[in-house]
Amino acid sequence: MSQDFVRQMPDRSSDLARPMGFWQRVHIDPLMLILLLMLTAFGLAVLYSAAGQSAGTMMRQGRFLIIAYIGMLVVAQLDVERIKRLAPLAYLVGIALLIAVPLVGVGAKGAQRWLSLGGFRFQPSEVMKLVVPMAVAWYFAGRALPPRVEHIIASLIMIAVPTLLIARQPDLGTSILIAASGLFALFLAGIGWRFIFGAAGLLVISAYPMWQLVLHDYQKTRILTLLNPESDKLGAGWNIIQSKTAIGSGGWDGKGWLNGTQSQLDFLPESHTDFIIAVLAEEWGLQGVIALLLIYLAIIIRGLWIGMNAQHSFGRLLAGSITLTFFVYVFVNMGMVSGLLPVVGVPLPLVSQGGTSLVTLLAGFGLLMAISTEKRMMEQ
Amino acid sequence: MAEQVALKDPYTEKRIYGARTVFAALVVFALLFLLMIRYFSLQITEHETYRTQSDRNRVQLQPVPPKRGLIYDRNGVLLAENRASYRLTIIKERVEDLGETIELLQQLIDIDDDRIKKYRRLVKRSRPYAAVPLKLKLTPEEIAIISVNRYRLPGVDVDAQLARHYPQGELFAHVLGYVGRISETEQLEIDEVNYSGTNEIGKIGLEKYYEDVLHGKVGYQNVETNARGRVLRILERTNPEPGADLTLHLDAHVQKVAHQALGDERGAVVAIDPRTGGIIAMASTPSFDANLFVGGISTKDYSRLRDSIDLPLFNRALQGQYPPASTVKPLYGLAGLHYGVITPQSKVRDPGWYKLPNDERMYRDWTWQKKKSGHGAFVDLEQSIVESCDTYFYDLAYNMGIDRIHDFMQPFGFGRKTGVDNTNERSGLLPSKDWKRIYKRSAWFHGETLSVGIGQGYLLATPMQLASAMVTMANRGKHFSPRFLKRMGDEELPVPKLPTVKVEAEHWNAVSHAMEEVVHGRKGTANRINRDLKYRIAGKTGSAQIIGIGQDEIYDEKQVAKRKKDHGLFVAYAPADNPKIVVAIIVENGAHGSWVSPIARKVFDAYLLDQGELANESSSGLIAETTLEGAGL
Repeated sequence: MSQDFVRQMPDRSSDLARPMGFWQRVHIDPLMLILLLMLTAFGLAVLYSAAGQSAGTMMRQGRFLIIAYIGMLVVAQLDVERIKRLAPLAYLVGIALLIAVPLVGVGAKGAQRWLSLGGFRFQPSEVMKLVVPMAVAWYFAGRALPPRVEHIIASLIMIAVPTLLIARQPDLGTSILIAASGLFALFLAGIGWRFIFGAAGLLVISAYPMWQLVLHDYQKTRILTLLNPESDKLGAGWNIIQSKTAIGSGGWDGKGWLNGTQSQLDFLPESHTDFIIAVLAEEWGLQGVIALLLIYLAIIIRGLWIGMNAQHSFGRLLAGSITLTFFVYVFVNMGMVSGLLPVVGVPLPLVSQGGTSLVTLLAGFGLLMAISTEKRMMEQ
Repeated sequence: MAEQVALKDPYTEKRIYGARTVFAALVVFALLFLLMIRYFSLQITEHETYRTQSDRNRVQLQPVPPKRGLIYDRNGVLLAENRASYRLTIIKERVEDLGETIELLQQLIDIDDDRIKKYRRLVKRSRPYAAVPLKLKLTPEEIAIISVNRYRLPGVDVDAQLARHYPQGELFAHVLGYVGRISETEQLEIDEVNYSGTNEIGKIGLEKYYEDVLHGKVGYQNVETNARGRVLRILERTNPEPGADLTLHLDAHVQKVAHQALGDERGAVVAIDPRTGGIIAMASTPSFDANLFVGGISTKDYSRLRDSIDLPLFNRALQGQYPPASTVKPLYGLAGLHYGVITPQSKVRDPGWYKLPNDERMYRDWTWQKKKSGHGAFVDLEQSIVESCDTYFYDLAYNMGIDRIHDFMQPFGFGRKTGVDNTNERSGLLPSKDWKRIYKRSAWFHGETLSVGIGQGYLLATPMQLASAMVTMANRGKHFSPRFLKRMGDEELPVPKLPTVKVEAEHWNAVSHAMEEVVHGRKGTANRINRDLKYRIAGKTGSAQIIGIGQDEIYDEKQVAKRKKDHGLFVAYAPADNPKIVVAIIVENGAHGSWVSPIARKVFDAYLLDQGELANESSSGLIAETTLEGAGL
């Protein structure tokens, strides 16, 4: 090949010139995979202790992990272009399913979130955690950025519809995550700062009517409990008092794996699901918390890095949004368990017990890997 | 700035994206740092506070339930005790697959589906990690099977508790009642602190009436638990105050005799000591095994008891309201003498029927179906009581009028609860003109007075009321609220006295003599029980008609189905000259009091002879002899 030809088509030629690496051929981002494996392994160890050393819980979580990792690898093989084309259809199907939930869905604990398909139960709201950022990314990928006002309004509607449908189920935690995932895409697309500050101002103003009209009593209780957990020691405040006690009593060293009295003696509620970080903090101490935060931080940085290096705005927006949503999981969960934020049902990602959330989260990382290993096309 | 760009410009887009990502990354750093500070402050700065709090958690204050008081009869026979009972519990959160575990348990030991349904209901209500009982009253074999298979059953446990047990089975069920699981409504009424360690509460009977004294006061202990939640050692303990033991006036032997004498019949026996007002026996048949209710009765057992046509759960002695029939005739005679309506010598013509002035309706004597001539041309009070002549009492009732009957009967305890120390007592009914005007909104008719005059019509009384009235009769006016409880702990309790009924001594004499003749006279309606009697009995038979008989119909006992037969009643006291026991007996569809009276003889014999109440008056050899004969009756 002559040098001239190379100079004319620099990107393609470099791609063609350099044979595709092993990782790129199998569509895997090795660094991300290692981080995820570290995180899930750590999570399994904590879960084993949190679930009262139940081998059964471990096995179930292990099975879900295998399924979720396979799912991640399958998603990673998808062509980003195809994902983009399918995004609007996936969005419409998702909305239809969300509408179907209150009509034909199954309920638990006063909320109706599940759809049952031939004996297999799933939460459409979980799938929407990926579909909403995909749809918003698709919407902006076809338009000039930064977005214009009418496009911002259109995308806000796209975000608001599923958010409200899920909030009505009611599932405040998931609806926050979904709204966040869409808004992150909007933010990364370059929405003007005046919109951001304007929205923040509106939020403050609308706080009171929201409180009066939108929130359920149990949601209000959670917020009031956050402000003063001692007001209801045995009721709503119990969870927070016990989780803070668990975290605080862990100290720097922790009480040792399987030796946390708060968690092993069942003082800590939901210790294997939403409150699992308290078990980790009690048994592994602040060292364990720092280690976990470092893994999370590394995953987030890697995710943002993938976004920065994506070929097209669709991949960029999607990767960035998924990564930042992942961060929201971490922040909201660790914040609520330590009493910084009100208790909303958000699991600690990839550590809390729960099959559905594992599958969606790792599917999200599958998308990140698909984006990171996309074939380098010629830049315009 | 960037907002003005309209055309798609990949380089600008990438630049904006890069800037935004960097900004987002900074926010992420900031927030993660915030989390770090939060966890640092909890785990390092406030570590000591939370460690103390965690230790406080580990050391638990546990309620120690008090031991429920025992119940004895007057001779120290144990009627209600506490036995160690083992139950199978499951902590749902420790079980991998609840359905599978329950299935496995079902293969190992016998657990009916009903219990499992109940368990699933309980699980829904219980807090997480609570040990919810699946099966109660495990047998030693079942405990062994569970222990051997422990390794296959994580989360399954066997724990021991004290549970109420009634060693006499169904004999005392209607007296003692039973304890059962605290219901949601009871939960609201009890002192939650005092019951914090208690699972069961008196539901009915003495168990309920004396719940406060039987329960005792809760104690506390500070325990240190290990990582498994098991108690390692007790750090500090305040002992609970056990409930008071109760000793009853009840005599288990007499109760048993009364219960067995009723046999398969539906009926009730109440026996009271007129000297003290203490209840010697209270039997109601059919009865039930109160142990079934302890810890919750199965639906199958409960529906069997509830749906039985014989109503075993119905306490006939306290809740059964029956027409007292001829058993009230001695009281009417007393009333007639008291008001001066009759004298012991005054006589009434008895053709076998009675007619009101200006009324063609014939009120027949009970002898009408056998002979159409009455008890003789003229009858006096004594003959009318001995032979239970209806015509005489039709005339007496008509002459006294309903309100004087009401006023005389009321102090004897008719129409109001006796105040016995038990639950669910009913008040019976003592009619008057006022009562009928208020409750029936209609005027009183003379014919109704005649019905009341032979203890029928509106008049209703419970066996407890009849026995209580007989106490007044035997005591010549001295009166009590009957009592089961004799002693609480070591404290002897008096029986509450009621105002004495004042009637002339000669009137008491006339009536009690007539009652003795009922048993001992040649023509007495209960004379079948006087053979070889070592003491004298005064009594009165009764036969409560429960179906209407037309003017010209002849009532034939054989043709009337068993359940439509008359109720047989008998009231009596003995010994007649120095009463130590009174009884009131009803046998539903027992046809006639004269067939019921042998039950009284058995009860009297059991109390007076077997229990040595006559010992100071007779030689021991005599008692043995009579006991044998009594058993042959």
